[in-house]
Amino acid sequence: MTSAGRGAGLAIETTGLSKRFGHQLAVNSIDLAVPRGSVFGFLGPNGSGKTTTIRMMLGLAAATAGSVRLLGQDMPGKLDEVLPQVGALVEGPAFYPFLSGAANLHRFDAANRHAVPGTRRARVAEALERVGLSHAARKKVRAYSLGMKQRLGIANALLSRRELLILDEPTNGLDPQGTREVRSLVRSLAADGATVFVSSHLLAEVEQICTHAAIMSAGRLVAQGPLAELRQAGTAQLRLITPDAGAASGVLVRFGMTPVVGHPNGADAVITSALPVSSGTLSPSGSRNPGGDTGTGGPGGPGGRDAAVALEAAPEAIVAALVADGVRVRGFAVERGSLEDRFVALTGEGFDVAQ
Amino acid sequence: MSLSDEVSARGSGTAASSGREGSAPRQRPSSWWFLGSELKQLFRRRRTQALLLALAAIPVMIAVVVRVSTAVPPGRGPAFLDRITQNGLFVGVTALIVAVPLFLPLTIGVVAGDTIAGEAGHGTLRYLLAAPAGRVRLLLVKYVGAVAFCVAAPLAVALAGAGIGAALFPVGPVTLLSGDVVEPGEALSRMLLIAAYQTVSLLGLSAIGLFLSTLTDVPVGAMAATIVLSVASQVLDQLPQLEWLHPWLFSHYWFGFADLLRQPIGWESFSSNALLQAGYIAVFGALAYGRFVSKDVLS
Repeated sequence: MTSAGRGAGLAIETTGLSKRFGHQLAVNSIDLAVPRGSVFGFLGPNGSGKTTTIRMMLGLAAATAGSVRLLGQDMPGKLDEVLPQVGALVEGPAFYPFLSGAANLHRFDAANRHAVPGTRRARVAEALERVGLSHAARKKVRAYSLGMKQRLGIANALLSRRELLILDEPTNGLDPQGTREVRSLVRSLAADGATVFVSSHLLAEVEQICTHAAIMSAGRLVAQGPLAELRQAGTAQLRLITPDAGAASGVLVRFGMTPVVGHPNGADAVITSALPVSSGTLSPSGSRNPGGDTGTGGPGGPGGRDAAVALEAAPEAIVAALVADGVRVRGFAVERGSLEDRFVALTGEGFDVAQ
Repeated sequence: MSLSDEVSARGSGTAASSGREGSAPRQRPSSWWFLGSELKQLFRRRRTQALLLALAAIPVMIAVVVRVSTAVPPGRGPAFLDRITQNGLFVGVTALIVAVPLFLPLTIGVVAGDTIAGEAGHGTLRYLLAAPAGRVRLLLVKYVGAVAFCVAAPLAVALAGAGIGAALFPVGPVTLLSGDVVEPGEALSRMLLIAAYQTVSLLGLSAIGLFLSTLTDVPVGAMAATIVLSVASQVLDQLPQLEWLHPWLFSHYWFGFADLLRQPIGWESFSSNALLQAGYIAVFGALAYGRFVSKDVLS
């Protein structure tokens, strides 16, 4: 509920959005806030409710409870005004196998009552060009590979000028080159000013292209915010290689850490320890400052003591203290928590994560 | 809804279209483009063409069999069969009669049952709705497509019949059921009138097929159900115990086109049929609307 420009600054906003199928709550009261102009990664294991959420956003399925606003307008009430500005790829591409790629795009464009027929041919050609399918435009979709269908699906989302693109697993079935191309396509769309909402279960993909992300687990939104904040929310790990394990441990304990000494191979000890948290944590679920520039999260914590420790525990200060105490530092690294760590921490390990 | 919306869409005129003054006035966003796309897709599709070809094969089959056989015993087989050797124009009429109970409902069942369920089966329904096509508009366009097929199907039988009849048999003046004799041109127009009668007959069934099509994502299911209903309706129409029900069955007037072969033409059964079919369109159109507008599209 931050006061400044809420609503106007959001491309997608859901409030208490829920969907129940029989006894199962597929989507459980999620509050998404996707800032305009962001590339927003929508993460979650298979079956965590991502696609159901997207279906509700697009007015394909009715919400059991809660509401959706796209580009500042209510859905599905203003569906007819909103959707022409939204390009979508939902749960994989789907086409008429007996029509050519270009004919399929013509068909979907004709279905959009706001699309201008006079420019249709040019727009279809441009969209095909943009995804590198010009050579296969006249080929029947039946003869397309999965990757080509995926590209055609993205071309369909790009038929008109869009304010918002909702891409559900856009790199599914693409080879490494295709994945790279989609990544650069998403970047260029964002550079044009569009908001891109990408759902994926591929963390590396999201990490590379997104500015913001949200994580779903078993129908709940467990975290969302700028990517940097999400990453940092995981604790950083210190990794020190030294032959002087005892002295080093003593120094680290002075910094308020609990070092773990290991001897993986050779004479040098490898000491690992969690680095004290050095910046504001991201509040799980419903963090309402997606802009990230307000810094409301700050080093609030339980008082100023933590902040003081954090200041002292800067990596360079630790190294200086180690060296001053005569510890032979042969290797020193601070490993930031990756998005993957955060993801696994929030959604659980293994295949039995969400049902 | 589609047409009134089209007017409003024109009125508001998107920024893109109003900025483009060079293009012809027809090149505006409108529902007609979607309808055109639907019709093109329907009639360019191999399956639709195969259905129409199969229908056209009925008179060809009849004509060839009659031509190669020595004599047709009068009073046996379909109506007018024995008259074909004297006048080729009867091929079309005979074929139209033969096609009424099964062949025409079969093809209509395929097309009407496929309308929504076929899109759901391909997964294209979600992309049409996200385009956005608009649910009511999509339903209307799909029904108009089915109606277009209802026009094409009997026409295929009649025209193929006239063609093959003229090719294999002599063509001359035709004696109507009332005993009056009309010229071949007039006889041909009577045959087209019968085709039109059958188009009207099939409108109710199309509406039923459209409704069934909104219930499932499996087009074959909707097609089969539509065809089964058409057979069931005809069976019920044969049971004297259910006489009270007969006037309400959508197949009740399917064979009621004999009055079109009299002089002057009797329009009574034509109008009763049209009224009955309109009732079916209203009821099943409303059911299809009620179902489809609130349906979760999860295919």
